[in-house]
Amino acid sequence: MTELPLIGEAVAVAAEPRLAGARIGVVTFPGTLDDRDAARAVRLAGATAVELWHGDTELGDVDAVVIPGGFSYGDYLRAGAIARFAPLMSKIIDAANSDAKLPVLGICNGFQILTESHLLPGSMIKNDHLKFLCRDQVLRVENANTAWTLDYQAGQEITIPLKNQDGQYIADEKTLDALEAEGRVVFRYVGFNPNGSRRDIAGISNAAGNVVGLMPHPEHAVEPGFGPEAAFSRETGAGGSDTDGLGFFTSVLNKIVGGDK
Amino acid sequence: MTTETTKKFNIDTVENAAKTPDTELPWAELGLKRNEFDEIVKVLGRRPTGAELAMYSVMWSEHCSYKSSKNHLRQFGQKVTEEMKKDMLVGIGENAGVTNLGDGWAVTFKIESHNSPSFVEPYQGAATGIGGIVRDIISMGARPVAVMDPLRFGAIDHPDTARVMHGAVAGIGGYGNSLGLPNIGGEMVFDSVYQGNPLVNALAVGVMRHEDIRLANASGKGNKVVLFGARTGGDGIGGASVLASESFDDTKPSKRPAVQVGDPFAEKVLIECCLELFKGSLVEGIQDLGAAGISCATSELASNGDGGMQVELTSVLLRDPTLTPGEILMSESQERMMAVVTPENVEAFEAVMDKWAVEYSWLGEVTDTGRLIITWEGDVIVDVDPRTVAHDGPVYDRPFARPEWQDAVQADTFTGSVQDAGRPAAPAELAKAVTDLVASPNMCSKSWITNQYDRYVGGNTAMAFPDDAGVVRVDEETGLGVALATDANGRYTYLDPYHGAQLALAEAYRNVATAGAIPMAVSDCLNFGSPEDPDVMWQLAEAIRGLSDACMVLGIPVTGGNVSLYNQTGTTPIHPSPVVAVLGKLDDVARRTPSGWREDGQAIYLLGTTGAELDGSEWANMRGHLGGQPPKVDLEAERALGEILINASRDGMIDSAHDLSEGGLAAALVESSLRYGVGARIALQDVMDRDGVDLFTALFSESQGRAVVGVPRSEEVRFTDMCTARGFAHTRIGVVDAASGKLEINGVEGLSLDALREAHEGTLPKYFG
Repeated sequence: MTELPLIGEAVAVAAEPRLAGARIGVVTFPGTLDDRDAARAVRLAGATAVELWHGDTELGDVDAVVIPGGFSYGDYLRAGAIARFAPLMSKIIDAANSDAKLPVLGICNGFQILTESHLLPGSMIKNDHLKFLCRDQVLRVENANTAWTLDYQAGQEITIPLKNQDGQYIADEKTLDALEAEGRVVFRYVGFNPNGSRRDIAGISNAAGNVVGLMPHPEHAVEPGFGPEAAFSRETGAGGSDTDGLGFFTSVLNKIVGGDK
Repeated sequence: MTTETTKKFNIDTVENAAKTPDTELPWAELGLKRNEFDEIVKVLGRRPTGAELAMYSVMWSEHCSYKSSKNHLRQFGQKVTEEMKKDMLVGIGENAGVTNLGDGWAVTFKIESHNSPSFVEPYQGAATGIGGIVRDIISMGARPVAVMDPLRFGAIDHPDTARVMHGAVAGIGGYGNSLGLPNIGGEMVFDSVYQGNPLVNALAVGVMRHEDIRLANASGKGNKVVLFGARTGGDGIGGASVLASESFDDTKPSKRPAVQVGDPFAEKVLIECCLELFKGSLVEGIQDLGAAGISCATSELASNGDGGMQVELTSVLLRDPTLTPGEILMSESQERMMAVVTPENVEAFEAVMDKWAVEYSWLGEVTDTGRLIITWEGDVIVDVDPRTVAHDGPVYDRPFARPEWQDAVQADTFTGSVQDAGRPAAPAELAKAVTDLVASPNMCSKSWITNQYDRYVGGNTAMAFPDDAGVVRVDEETGLGVALATDANGRYTYLDPYHGAQLALAEAYRNVATAGAIPMAVSDCLNFGSPEDPDVMWQLAEAIRGLSDACMVLGIPVTGGNVSLYNQTGTTPIHPSPVVAVLGKLDDVARRTPSGWREDGQAIYLLGTTGAELDGSEWANMRGHLGGQPPKVDLEAERALGEILINASRDGMIDSAHDLSEGGLAAALVESSLRYGVGARIALQDVMDRDGVDLFTALFSESQGRAVVGVPRSEEVRFTDMCTARGFAHTRIGVVDAASGKLEINGVEGLSLDALREAHEGTLPKYFG
């Protein structure tokens, strides 16, 4: 399961050799859409992307896992509710909760799957405006100590695409207070709350900081020319970056190889 | 299927049909004309069985057989030069044409209509329009990589427009977003002529290696025929014949049951499953099931092959066990494919199905009898020559004539008309006119729509709406990619169908070149009224003649498309609306040219010349006028302009380019400013002096063959030298002014970017929330 680029060849990346040995799994469910994008992001960060199939009963030799976006099983039930029962998910849940604390990143539908799996608290409901929304979104990194945010500075603002129908994060007040108190609100929407999420929350982590979920898509902001063009527009000022999402993947790599961050 | 089920029907076998020649059949209810039914009897030498009648009725419908347009469409195949053939790998006639991209890559694209279903049931109609065109692309062996949606709805303030708008946009988003295909562009036009007949067209593009091209044919005696994907249900029965081939009429019952219902998850799984089949070379021929369902798939596969086909219909997996054989043959249930598999590959085929949990059933096999034989529990219910079903349908030479009213319409020019009274001239009037223009329904920002579509998925979208063309990378190593644009102007085509169709092609061609891509191929979706009206038939004939002539001059072939007729309410047809898609190639998508300027101090040039051409313009439309002659077509000039834009992009001489079309220079300047929120100072005196036009005309005329480009100071000499050497008119009209926050045109004040943006972006939310 190593063949990845279905369109063209992998982009040649001159990565640090010490990173190339790191293996990051990307899970595909029926209905997953952004798996190739997540794999590309892993490669651009310098690691080896490993395809994982939802029906696999072993996690295999991976150092971290990305659960990408899409509409697993069509989201015909609650988003993520069916995918959560995939054989591979129980392995991922075990590994995330183990002493080894496998780093897991859930993006969009992946975030929904992580809440359904109870690796992360709360849930996502339909956007408050009831429409699918695709836009370039500014986020503030509230916690730069998780496995997936080490390469950012706390308080840093980044721009990455957001695209979803069911992106409104909700949880009871007690849970929200606890998340805030424990520094587990990892990302917050800045300037515009695109879906009515409680307390502008865009992404959260588990207590250990190895499991992170968010609705926006860092894997769509990793390659110059293909990222959010709002980076060039008046919203963020000309000369911005359209690769703000790459830091997710370099963060986990540096953690895996015991980097200096 | 059990015997009890079959006993529910009194099966009309071929044997029975031969014995009961006088049985009355519901041919009229199925949309057939008397002469067509007689022809079927002649072809078969007996009356058709109920199942055969069902097959012929859908396959001989206007939608499937092109019986009214076929005689004219031939020109697309006849007016072809060697230049046009050189990159064509598969031409018209297959599910979609295929064009050579180089480096072993091929691209396939096609545009289709899903108009009638989208009026009856906007969400499902638009959704299944995407589903159908995407399956056409898969059928060629390609991985779909992007979609586009040209939409034409009724008046923006008509109460029913919101119903169609919300439904169609949500349907396109709901289905397309779930497939993982970026939506990279399209059009949105409001005009009361589309009130009862909205146009929902859908385009899909896919890419493949040359060796992966698949065709729809069933060859090799003994090879197995398999149906896979969704189960067959009662949805969409007679969609093509009843819905798409008749005009709407209030006196008839609701046609909602004829609209199919989509399941995007099933389609997404089907895409991945088919690509895995192709990778393993597990299918010999493949065909999607769209209009006319199993009738179409079996008869087309069989007639394009070298023999015949035998199929047992009770093997079809059903959603609804009460369906009759005729209904099963006509059902347009979505997300189904039919393939031909060698006996050796059966096991591997089944393994792929099982991996993706896709249902399948083996229906029969390829034979050498030359007949398509369909049985029901062994009893023969269809025994036909498949060609007579799929290809030898009726062809009509419908009468056509230039409408009597055409001269009067063309004589009614805008300049000097009642609606032209009070033409803006003073600076304040012009500022308001520009603001009104960019806020008008057809010129306003479409981001309310496009923000409901995923443009990022796949990670290969290099450009999308609102740029002139959508650009998708094909090869990540080399940056090889394609650009696509769709265009049509119903008003121009109403004024002059021959030139109006050419203008649609010219604009799409220009848009692709503006992006920096070399135009290579054309797909068209011809949306017209009833062919039984000689006026409409003339519009159709003229549009096809105009398009095919223009393709010769531009040197790009039509590789596919579709015809949608009967788009009329009562006796009132829509404006003739040939929607033209042009596909271009970029050796490296990093070289694409966006439509907005960014860099302070860059020079802004206007390419081409401006005449007093306001007839059919957006300005005239805003004032409620439609008459006169559309802008002049100069295809040689379009070609010259295209070459300048492509060369300038390749050699890094320009940083931005935006074509001039609807709304003229005024719209282009505002859009280029708003793209990245960067202003400019514009002086048009040189253009006005050279072309002999006033400021209003310079801004609002829709003269063709023009573009606005942003040129870095360091490239100015090289760029102007190139234009001079090619003898193409070019004038420096201003500079980019990043700090000003406004667009200043010949001293006209009040065009701050904030105010323009508010006007431009406020319109759709105001009407649709």
